[in-house]
Amino acid sequence: MPSLLGDVCEKIRSKNAGPYWITVDIFCGGSKRFNTVINALQNEQIAECLQLPVAELRRFDMPELFAIKVSFARPIVQGSAGDRDMHGAQYAVLIAQLALE
Amino acid sequence: MTTRVLVPSGVLGLGFSERALAQAMQLKPDIICIDGGSTDSGPAYLGTGTTKYSRAVCKAEWKLLMRARHALGIPLVISSCGTCGTDSMVDWMFALTREIATELGQHPKVVSLYTEQILSQVQNAFKTQRIQILEPEVPLSENIIKQCSHIVALAGREQITAALNCGADIVLAGRATDTAALCALPIANGEHEAAAWHGAKIAECGAFCSTNPSSGVVMLSVDQQGFTIQAIADDAFCTPHSVSAHMLYENANPHQLVEPGGTLDASNATYTAIDRHTVRVEGSRWETAKQYTVKLEGARSRGFQTTILALIRDPHYVKNVHLWADKLRAFLVDQLQTRLDIAPDQYSLEFRIIGSNATFGALETKTEGATEVGVLGIVTSSTQALSDDIMRFANPFVLHYPLTVDEPMPSFAFPYSPAETSRGETFEFCLNHVMRIDDPMQVFKLTQEVL
Repeated sequence: MPSLLGDVCEKIRSKNAGPYWITVDIFCGGSKRFNTVINALQNEQIAECLQLPVAELRRFDMPELFAIKVSFARPIVQGSAGDRDMHGAQYAVLIAQLALE
Repeated sequence: MTTRVLVPSGVLGLGFSERALAQAMQLKPDIICIDGGSTDSGPAYLGTGTTKYSRAVCKAEWKLLMRARHALGIPLVISSCGTCGTDSMVDWMFALTREIATELGQHPKVVSLYTEQILSQVQNAFKTQRIQILEPEVPLSENIIKQCSHIVALAGREQITAALNCGADIVLAGRATDTAALCALPIANGEHEAAAWHGAKIAECGAFCSTNPSSGVVMLSVDQQGFTIQAIADDAFCTPHSVSAHMLYENANPHQLVEPGGTLDASNATYTAIDRHTVRVEGSRWETAKQYTVKLEGARSRGFQTTILALIRDPHYVKNVHLWADKLRAFLVDQLQTRLDIAPDQYSLEFRIIGSNATFGALETKTEGATEVGVLGIVTSSTQALSDDIMRFANPFVLHYPLTVDEPMPSFAFPYSPAETSRGETFEFCLNHVMRIDDPMQVFKLTQEVL
């Protein structure tokens, strides 16, 4: 069984970064887990679960925080017709479900 | 020297520890700053020019801060008054301030900073190419600008400083960047500019940069080399990790922060623990922009909504709820056209299945296994009367629509009466742009009054 990102990491949160962006912060909680995650977590996986082209993701690996940040333009502008999550806060749950091979 | 900024919490209305406020007052702050708003709760507040937070809670908290300000004899600043920072919300905050001043027998000098924009002037700026698009690109036209119910420009530290320089005891600022109020006095005092911006970003949510966010109160101390951030409550601790992690919060780029007059670069900053409550930060850089710009926020109406909520517990219908909702929607669209002559282009109608995929829609990977589901119907059209009438027409079908013609008519659970709810006007954000201005005060206005 591959482990899930959410089980490996200490905390995963997501939030609006203004009305036009979502940003996801993945806190791995230590260098060993950080190294495991940066090697295993593929941008293609993240893009697939968000149904976005991989080129639209902006990823920042931050070894000093054992953290990974992934930002992307909101598929639907915050609060516009069809938006389901005003604060973008539940995207973290989707990301947490990703399997690490 | 050192300039100390007392930040009681991330936003007025969210609550903070009164004991921690009293403790912070002992540390000789030079100014008290609190934020009053954000776009984070959506476009309705800017669209209508109203506040998200209760007047009663804002009054109770503002009264504590006005007392603290009076006792210390230092300025008190609130930025982004009333969630959206429109002129109406600056005036709302002014009325609240006057009411409290009367109750406390205070006579502060209140300076109001107005940041709302005149639509024709924004149209003019657009025509003369003084408006630049940001990423992601959203279309803009003179017509879209005209459709906005409100447009605000985000003030930076220059406009807050101009308000303080009027000799303000209290500054009530319209929309401003989260950091502007916090870094204004340190920079005016000649402290390290990058440290002031970086410290302001770390402190802008109050104790969110600590281990105990709900305690609220932090002290930001900026000097000529860097800044220290201190969580004040006994049970709130700042660590290099909790502080540096806050650079990531609500920020698409974890190293940079773009402000009206330049950009903060925190990529080489160092974070050092001083004690359990306090972290020292140095090494951030500030790059002054060649052109001064202010970010614009605007919201325009997208019609009027009516909703309905039905609960389904019947296992047969729970299992087939998506098929049921699709068939129901198609039936209603057909009936509205044939019986009421309401064409599909006059409204939008959707059903979201709570308990299945209401949060993620097409992105959801697990849609099976619910015990019960909620069916949330949303109709949007150009008038409240039309949306209400469409949902009244839909009501008996949402209650009784059978999955197939061969089965007995079901009845589902409506949790209240009437099942349909008029939601009023709905709005959307429609500006992701900055406006070039020659003088920071060009599109802002100050007024002052001694109460």
